[in-house]
Amino acid sequence: MGKEKSSAAEDTGLYDYWPYRDRPKITWPGGKKLAFWVAPNIEFYELNPPTNPHRKAWARPVPDVVNYAYRDHGNRVGNWRLMEVMAKYNVLGSVSLSIAMCDHFPDIIDAANKLGWEFFSHGIYNTRYSYGMDETQERAVLEDSIRTVEAATGQCIKGYLAPALTHTVRTMDLIAELGFTYTCDLFQDDQPQPLKTRTGRLVSMPYSLEINDHYAYNVFGQSPAQYTDVLKRQFDTLLEEGARSGTVMCIPLHAYLVGRSHRIGPFEEMLKYLDAHRDDVWVTRACDIADHFIQHHYDDALVNIKRGGQA
Amino acid sequence: MALDDDYLRYPHRQAGMDHSLYPTSNLFERPKIAWPGGKKVALWITVALEFFPLTPNDGPVRAPGAMVTPFPDYRTFTTKDYGNRVGIYRIMRVLEAAGFKATAFMNSALARRYPALLGDVQGAGWEIAAHGVDMNHVHHGALPKEEERAQINACLDEFAAHNVQPKGWLSPARSESHQTSQLLAEAGVEWFGDWGNDDMPYAFSSGVTAMPFTDELEDRKCLVTLGQREEVWEEQVLDAYDWLSVEAADHGGRILHIALTPYVIGQPFRIQSLRNVLGHLGEKSDIWCASGTEICEAWCAGST
Repeated sequence: MGKEKSSAAEDTGLYDYWPYRDRPKITWPGGKKLAFWVAPNIEFYELNPPTNPHRKAWARPVPDVVNYAYRDHGNRVGNWRLMEVMAKYNVLGSVSLSIAMCDHFPDIIDAANKLGWEFFSHGIYNTRYSYGMDETQERAVLEDSIRTVEAATGQCIKGYLAPALTHTVRTMDLIAELGFTYTCDLFQDDQPQPLKTRTGRLVSMPYSLEINDHYAYNVFGQSPAQYTDVLKRQFDTLLEEGARSGTVMCIPLHAYLVGRSHRIGPFEEMLKYLDAHRDDVWVTRACDIADHFIQHHYDDALVNIKRGGQA
Repeated sequence: MALDDDYLRYPHRQAGMDHSLYPTSNLFERPKIAWPGGKKVALWITVALEFFPLTPNDGPVRAPGAMVTPFPDYRTFTTKDYGNRVGIYRIMRVLEAAGFKATAFMNSALARRYPALLGDVQGAGWEIAAHGVDMNHVHHGALPKEEERAQINACLDEFAAHNVQPKGWLSPARSESHQTSQLLAEAGVEWFGDWGNDDMPYAFSSGVTAMPFTDELEDRKCLVTLGQREEVWEEQVLDAYDWLSVEAADHGGRILHIALTPYVIGQPFRIQSLRNVLGHLGEKSDIWCASGTEICEAWCAGST
């Protein structure tokens, strides 16, 4: 079983400190400075989920009509708007997928698949949490994810974002063992880097909570125009720093938020802005970023990290 | 210890929804709706007229706006009452000046307590839609069916005593039990606004029509919950109009829903913001301002 993990720890044990200076230079394909990807979360929240002893699913007693309907808007309206707008600017999605969506709304999955979007696992439902699962149960969720997405899309899942960001101390070991190449669950960096797992080669892929539409709209209360401004600033800084060593920018989205009629127009402004900078930006999918990093930069990064960041 | 085995069973993992309240549907694959006069965007303004009793309920759901301090919570009670005394009259004046009419979601307790308010809202030509008994009478999953039926009937009976027969309904706090839409259908309600999962009306299995409640543009959510500035609220409403108007050209009539709260938008420092929004919308030639029932009936006629 390898190293033991308990329920108390001082840090995640997943990576060593690695300061953001003098790192081996990352070069993206075509000499681009910034790898840019978009992560639409395509989610299903159940009306009557079973109870997890560690986390409540809904703020109100079941049926929480207001909050359920709020999210269902994405599957009736928002996903379609978002797909159309992203396709207009030739931006592919890397979908953080509630796997049961393949069963509930195959039309949405088929449409995204036809556009060339990638799918990675975001759990079976966003109302089923990993907290309290033993290794067999968590493995079953991951194997279900692989099986279901392969059957629905022909794709082999390469990435993970735990459902509702609920983890166990075994999560990273399990996804690495099952052949996943990246996780979006960690927020310690703006560049990909190797993670310490029992087996495999697993990369920490920059995602974001800070520029996640959920945080922007519902936690920080940003207007659609303010959010676009935030995205442009994030883009400007990461593009500038990418001249030194390649950076990654991810825009994590939820169609039930960004797909609203008052938000999709201002969001389109960000895609126009991206379009004007294409010469310097690798607009791609998360799996491609992970593959490129593993093939060209993983080993150098590992050596540099082991030296404590000394060249 | 592991989770119970049931936690990895998915009894409703199937095509469509995980319940039978309504079928799933892609907005962009439905028949195109034509509004009267060939207008592109139906403007649906709703105003919540709510009574929050000084003693709040002890149930599992307390409505947003309910009392918060130990009894007697004069500050919350009077703040809400301000909306029903002052704020609503400001809103009515602004709408009249703009030439628009609204739909009032009214607790029946207000019809009983403030019949003058009911008369004035009717006199303004607004539609009266039922909003339950009061904000303590919240419908929720643990409410026994007979009790919920009695609450619905008590509300509709009170309005009937004032010669009002509401066709529309909004549950207090938009909270429901599993059988709310069925009970509303049995009570003769034609449409309800609890479900915010669409941009257009759609039919519930119970036969009641779900009208698209847009909580994301609600004054209370934007200005109070999220603490946005008034200009930001205005901008978002107008951005929504812009998008819907363009979308309507390809996909048929759309609805711009603006949900207003008298104790929020009716404040002196905010009312100008409503005037601004309605002033801009008043200049659009492709808008049809209509009541909930008018929109619902036009949709029903056009979607079959």
